[in-house]
Amino acid sequence: MISPIGWIIIWIGIAFDILGTIGLVRFPDVYNRLQASTKCVTLGTFGIMIGIFLLKGFTPMGVKALICGVFLLLTSPVAAHALMKGSLHFGTKMWKGTVVDEYGKDKLKGEQIEKEDK
Amino acid sequence: MRYIVYFVIGFGFWLLLTFSINLDHLIAGVIVVAISTILFGGYFTNRPVKFLQIHRLFWIIVYIPIFLFYMLRSNIDVAYRVLHPQRPIKPGIVKIKTSLKTDIAKVFLANSITLTPGTMTCEIDGEYLYIHWIWVQTSVMDKASKIIADPFEKYLRRIFE
Repeated sequence: MISPIGWIIIWIGIAFDILGTIGLVRFPDVYNRLQASTKCVTLGTFGIMIGIFLLKGFTPMGVKALICGVFLLLTSPVAAHALMKGSLHFGTKMWKGTVVDEYGKDKLKGEQIEKEDK
Repeated sequence: MRYIVYFVIGFGFWLLLTFSINLDHLIAGVIVVAISTILFGGYFTNRPVKFLQIHRLFWIIVYIPIFLFYMLRSNIDVAYRVLHPQRPIKPGIVKIKTSLKTDIAKVFLANSITLTPGTMTCEIDGEYLYIHWIWVQTSVMDKASKIIADPFEKYLRRIFE
């Protein structure tokens, strides 16, 4: 009974990974791409890890997969946060459809939004 | 005191990770965890007794399913935006205010915000957080705080403060 559930969760994880990758290609600027890749890839890979745990149970492989999943949940947002702050300070402009940029107003010189092409 | 607690937790993780009780593994584990304790023990919480308070553990167990639910919703939300032909996004960075006091609670709030629908933390600055929002509903600080941070703050306050 456990085994089919594990496989279903693994396949859901793979599907979310693929969606995250499509988002990486389709979204217009680095910040939106980070949104798509961080969320989908974290849950996708976490799902794969949980699926392996369900398939293998409390064996060395299963427990390692579970711990990897938990570490992933804790560290992946931190990495995304660092990338995002880095690109903000580097001066990467935001997509021209961006509506508001409080961070640029407060910390940098004005809003960091790309101008419309003339 | 906190160094001892850090060592015990680290060693527990090592045992789970290797999942065997050979003498080799135990000796290697003691060395590695000791180095880690010397380097990072100083950043650990000042009051390790928090780990043993039952109500905190209870709220952690309540928080996990709620967090996973929000995470699943956020993934479906992003999947919708990715697959929609018109790519419905209206991004922007808004500023919100949090009432959490301790650093560790703020870190968990920022991580939770990053993994939930359409929002992502750019920076924590004192009691203000800068959030990149993929569909900006409002740029007024109070309203944005209510929408983004409220679902998590009440649990995190009970867990960490």
